[in-house]
Amino acid sequence: MSDLIAPTDEAGVEAAVHDAMSSKTPIAVRGGGSRAGLGRPTQAARTLTTERLSGVTLLEPAELVASARAGTPVAAFEAELARAGQRLAFEPFDHRALYGSTAEPTVGGMVATNASGPRRVIAGAARDALIGVRLVTGRGETIRSGGRVMKNVTGYDLVKLACGSHGTLGVITEATFKTLPIPETELSLVWEGLDEARGVEALCAAMGSPFEASGAAHLPANADAPARTVVRLENFESQLRYRSGELEKLLKPFGAAARLAVDASRALWSEIREAAPLLGDGGRSVWRVSVAPSRAAALAGGLGALAAAHFYDWSGGLLWIAVEPSADAGAATLRPAVREARGHATLVRASDAVRAAVDVFEPEPPALARLSAAVTEAFDPAGVLNPGRMHVRH
Amino acid sequence: MSGIAMPEPDPRILARRDQIVAGLKEIVKGEGVIDSEDERRAFETDALTAYRRMPLAVVLPSTTQEVAAVLKYLNREGVPIIPRGAGTSLAGGALPQEDAVVVGVSKMARVLDVNLADRTMRVETGITNLGVSGAISHEGFFYAPDPSSQLACTIAGNIAMNSGGAHCLKYGVTTNNLMGVVFVTMEGEIVEIGGDAMDAPGLDMLGLICGSEGQFGIVTEATLRILPMAEGARPILFGFPSSEAAGAATAAVIGAGIVPVAIEFMDKIAIDICEDFAHAGYPMDAGALLIVEVEGAPAEIDEQLARIGEVARANGATSARQATTAAEAAAIWKGRKSAFGAMGRISDYICMDGTIPTGRLPEILARITEICDAAELKVANIFHAGDGNLHPLVLYDMNDPVSLAKAERAGEDILIACVEVGGCLTGEHGVGIEKRELMTTQFTEGELFQQMRVKSAFDPNWLMNPAKVFPLHMRGETRKAA
Ligand SMILES: Cc1cc2nc3c(=O)[nH]c(=O)nc-3n(C[C@H](O)[C@H](O)[C@H](O)COP(=O)(O)OP(=O)(O)OC[C@H]3O[C@@H](n4cnc5c(N)ncnc54)[C@H](O)[C@@H]3O)c2cc1C
Repeated sequence: MSDLIAPTDEAGVEAAVHDAMSSKTPIAVRGGGSRAGLGRPTQAARTLTTERLSGVTLLEPAELVASARAGTPVAAFEAELARAGQRLAFEPFDHRALYGSTAEPTVGGMVATNASGPRRVIAGAARDALIGVRLVTGRGETIRSGGRVMKNVTGYDLVKLACGSHGTLGVITEATFKTLPIPETELSLVWEGLDEARGVEALCAAMGSPFEASGAAHLPANADAPARTVVRLENFESQLRYRSGELEKLLKPFGAAARLAVDASRALWSEIREAAPLLGDGGRSVWRVSVAPSRAAALAGGLGALAAAHFYDWSGGLLWIAVEPSADAGAATLRPAVREARGHATLVRASDAVRAAVDVFEPEPPALARLSAAVTEAFDPAGVLNPGRMHVRH
Repeated sequence: MSGIAMPEPDPRILARRDQIVAGLKEIVKGEGVIDSEDERRAFETDALTAYRRMPLAVVLPSTTQEVAAVLKYLNREGVPIIPRGAGTSLAGGALPQEDAVVVGVSKMARVLDVNLADRTMRVETGITNLGVSGAISHEGFFYAPDPSSQLACTIAGNIAMNSGGAHCLKYGVTTNNLMGVVFVTMEGEIVEIGGDAMDAPGLDMLGLICGSEGQFGIVTEATLRILPMAEGARPILFGFPSSEAAGAATAAVIGAGIVPVAIEFMDKIAIDICEDFAHAGYPMDAGALLIVEVEGAPAEIDEQLARIGEVARANGATSARQATTAAEAAAIWKGRKSAFGAMGRISDYICMDGTIPTGRLPEILARITEICDAAELKVANIFHAGDGNLHPLVLYDMNDPVSLAKAERAGEDILIACVEVGGCLTGEHGVGIEKRELMTTQFTEGELFQQMRVKSAFDPNWLMNPAKVFPLHMRGETRKAA
């Protein structure tokens, strides 16, 4: 690993990017590397890691704000937030189980991949919680966007742009988030045996109620268990008593619900958070499909045998699909079906060879692709950062 | 006329006015092209009324295709474009220039689709903010961002400015409730970005366009997140002896793990003026007040308000009044929501919009008093306390140019003070022309150039709302930067 660059400050990152520009040697960018399997494989002789840019730099629970340097482990950041009674509302998605990785997920990687978990359905994505970034652009310049206040429309929202840019615009060096208080407790309601269309319908009914469900997933039946339709509530204990009762009444047409108390509820949602229901067979490729809930069950049904396993999160708006390995991971069938359902699909797990051969991210229509390319070029004119990670660069 | 400069109009464009108008009439038939001076006058300003510029012409297309054809034509002719919704921008975002064509979306105001199961709604962007919620309220749903101007302002303007409202502490601002747009590029291409599926992969162009102040292209349709209404909502009014105590109570409530839907702050001067107008029963002996609103079922509300009441009292609240009826709740909010109107009855004012870290409130209030005292101006402070968004209203006399100049100066000093304590120039109104020259106090030149390069990626010739957001003196250097 002689070609691993591990700067300890922003100046070091700037120097590395300048060096890449002048030597015309692109660099791959990573945090801990736990999400290395996401995106197209990058061809770069050297890798820059933000691991040594670490530490929580701001924590103000009374202002609902916290900042951390990019290399800070997500776990350490969340632990420090928890000590202050706060959390990241978007429930960061953890890719480790998916990739069988033991590397440490970092704040920078979480931001660069917009890694949102189950609570995204009500609380917004990582990009919604992110209110400020510092990044070193592909021009080797450090810029800030946003800040440490949650209402800020001063200048363009480059914060959103950086979030989910997979290291192609700049190296994120520090991120600031809106945080929220950790609720007193949680519980989940579980309906068993619903078919997929009915399951998603039940989830939508829950999300359309005033009871603020903070998780809504449907786990289809498998060899060991009947289908489970799960709705999570988080709040003060007294409110949960009332709300769970009301929700049960509202969803009576879907049958009686079982209850998961706080510990069982937490355990189940942490499995959903890492897509555990699909992890049975590590050799399968995995797609993450975003689609309007009302079209989700028909989409999954239409894929037939292609889907070796699947489940629904985000009230049906997020469809996780595992397929048997093949040269294109099923893209030839899946992509047109997803397009037809007006959704979009990301190939989140497949071999390097497959991810180099097919589009990992949903291909953009030409006019949008041109705009995205022009914006990328505005940040990284020489294409030195994670070249080809998102799309083949022309 | 006042202090903020606009670029000199291009005489070559002015000379071609008749030809350009004729070209537009080829594209948009009938009354969609506004040509006469009288009718154009309605578009010469927005809510920053101290600034006026008569546009070359105004076009009000009826379809996205017409918008596309208009942009293609104006781009080819090299004519600047000013996108417009309802013209309620407080920052001069929709201010025209003499050599520019205003392209308004007010004729495109239909609801295209409502899907309650998916909690989404598709609209044409000329619809008003209140029109969106109005179309779904009978179903028990609403659209969360609620600027005080919601009766008039359009979704188009809300998207361009990334507008907020009193309830965004809980529900977020426009960008957090926007799922997709139909966007017309400078070249007249129609691009769909996002839609009713969440989090499109690829660069977050939706997030970039939201808040771009009409400088990238024209947004003609939007897919919005809609939400089920809470079972009920109730405000409570707390009086405090001082602004400091009200600020401390705000921090303490949030610090106690309670995030209400809204926490609104008013100081003594604002209380006097609003009470006089709305007869809301505000505590006249208080130095400051907070309106705190919570949502839920009645028992849930009782419980939350009890918790909040405890914290408020521990932080020096001298009075507390819960709304017990819908009429009382409406009265409490009426005073706040009509604050700008009430203020307008007694004086001209400029409304600032900085945001600060809420912990710095006492310090910034002292600074505001100092700045306005020195300028011999009155100031009333209204404030989205939960999220640190300040609205100091600096009172002045429109007929006295010296007074306006002083007020603008004081406003600038207040915003600079916000930046100095770690905040920003604008929390929800946008930069427009108003804060353009102050951008260098918040951003380095390099940071501004990077933003300008992003504009150039969408609009290489800088025709789209060109005189906004960036300091005029930097404009010449754009090409160099790009
Ligand atoms: C009394 C009053 C109270 C207010 N309260 C609030 C408040 O609580 N919160 C808040 O955030 N704001 C508030 N505002 C400010 C203002 O209402 C918002 O900025 C609003 O979003 C502007 O909408 P509009 O339709 O009037 O847009 P306009 O003023 O017409 O335009 C605003 C900007 O949007 C651009 N634009 C318009 N249409 C398009 C389009 N189709 N495509 C691309 N760009 C476009 C324009 O070029 C301009 O830059 C208030 C204003 C007033 C007068």
